[in-house]
Amino acid sequence: MIIPPVAFLLALVGYPFIYGIWLSLENRPVARPGTFVGLANFVADFHDPVFWQVAQNTFVYTFFATVLKMVGGLGLALVMNQDFKYKNSVRALVLLPFIVPTVLSTIAWMWLLDPAFSPINWFLRNFNIANPGPSWLGNSYLAMLSLIIVNVWRGLPFYGITLLAGLQTISPELYEAATIDGASTWDRFIYVTLPLLKPVIFIVTMFSIIFTFADFQLVYVLTRGGPANATHLFATYAFDVAMGGGQLGMGASIALAMLPPLALIIIAMSLYMKPTKS
Amino acid sequence: MMVERGGFRIKLLRLWLPLGAFMIFTLFPFYWMAVTSLKPNSELYNRKIMPLIVYHPTMKHYVDLLTETNFLVWTWNTFLVAVVSTVISLVFGTMLAYPLARMKFSGSALISFGVAATYLVPQPLLFIPLADIITSLGLGDTLTAVMLTYPTLLIPFCAWLLMGYFRSVPSELEDAARIDGATRLQTMFKVFLPLCTPGFISAGIFAFTLAQNEFLYALIFLTQTDVRTVPVGAIAELVKGDVFYWGQLMAAALLGSVPVAIIYSFFVEHYVAGLTAGAVKQ
Repeated sequence: MIIPPVAFLLALVGYPFIYGIWLSLENRPVARPGTFVGLANFVADFHDPVFWQVAQNTFVYTFFATVLKMVGGLGLALVMNQDFKYKNSVRALVLLPFIVPTVLSTIAWMWLLDPAFSPINWFLRNFNIANPGPSWLGNSYLAMLSLIIVNVWRGLPFYGITLLAGLQTISPELYEAATIDGASTWDRFIYVTLPLLKPVIFIVTMFSIIFTFADFQLVYVLTRGGPANATHLFATYAFDVAMGGGQLGMGASIALAMLPPLALIIIAMSLYMKPTKS
Repeated sequence: MMVERGGFRIKLLRLWLPLGAFMIFTLFPFYWMAVTSLKPNSELYNRKIMPLIVYHPTMKHYVDLLTETNFLVWTWNTFLVAVVSTVISLVFGTMLAYPLARMKFSGSALISFGVAATYLVPQPLLFIPLADIITSLGLGDTLTAVMLTYPTLLIPFCAWLLMGYFRSVPSELEDAARIDGATRLQTMFKVFLPLCTPGFISAGIFAFTLAQNEFLYALIFLTQTDVRTVPVGAIAELVKGDVFYWGQLMAAALLGSVPVAIIYSFFVEHYVAGLTAGAVKQ
């Protein structure tokens, strides 16, 4: 019974993975046979200033987006862990950014950040703060900032709702005991909530790092890596080189460059997630 | 952090203000989507007027979207692909999860490690070799291409979630059925799987939304308008060079989001259960 799905995954995940490594060792224009070139593609990446810019972009993007999602998500979870009316409806609404197809919501963000017609810039102009207002996606720093904000917008619900589920497993008796021992609200947060929430925070963060690090959709829709490669991530740069430039081998080598940093995270996490006997 | 018995002030400060801020941040882009899709072009491209309200709402963009583009075809493709890949993923996910949860055999630790690792392999690592493989199989520009590749993203997740669910079902009922003379397969289909319906709904709804959301494979494999899905169709055909059809784009974004949101709203609890299953050990 277990053989068909395993064979399916080996054929469509295992084989492409190996084939990708093979491609990265070839000079392989699209629709033409490749020639084996050894590590030449990786050497070329190493000497490509854009490659290093992409690496830096990816780390900046991942770091800031993850930290903001973690802090914001924890805040959201704490706020929602109180008793209030319509809690379930609020929770359903909060998750919307995570449910709605990313490309479609990003289209709304793109228009929200349009240099001429952004409502943010309309307010800036109308209150005489700035005229014509910043070009959100045209300036390299602002473009990266915008991407991070949209990524946080999309990922925050995942953090919030998962951490909320984590909070709800903490027994109220622990808080009562801490209160009796004279702990303040802050003490209870630091000494009861955080330590017990740590495993959940860890897993959510690992997930988020992996998928932020390998993000494609947001950048592809919002900036296409521009202006001047300032927002290219590994995934979008590999896409441009392989699909736009037709250099499958080079593209594969760029995509594979994601592997060493990701592999460390993935291995650590797979070990952690190994099913515990319950 | 329970709210102690306090006045309305404390509740306002601790609950309603932060919650309100979160909600505005969360929902504003959707509001913007809706407002924009209803604006006539004269308001859409007017920098003077206040942009957050519609003065003369029009359905023109929706009508244009439905009559002048292949939006309905894309919607049907998206739906079909999501349903087929969800079904494949649930079946294969069960075939993986049941043995791993209920039987002892050599290699099971390796397979469950493999499933977890596959779950975490991001798409961008695979899309270039996959594009080449799909082309050489002659599957370019067919829905089969995405129906085959989406399950690779969904099966590991489904298997993982179902495995946890299967383990939580006590085995006494199955033991009783076996003692009464049922075969292993009879026990599985008549006794065990029906008990796991909530697990299937969770995995299914999660897989379905993920499949609706997928973009990279669809972008690469589907380049003809009649096989495109909504996200790819919108990006590829409502943006012509530097010209963005903003009204239609927003109408497409909204109409493309509504089916997912409706289906999701019926199964929020199951969705949340699926979402948190990986991270929160019950």
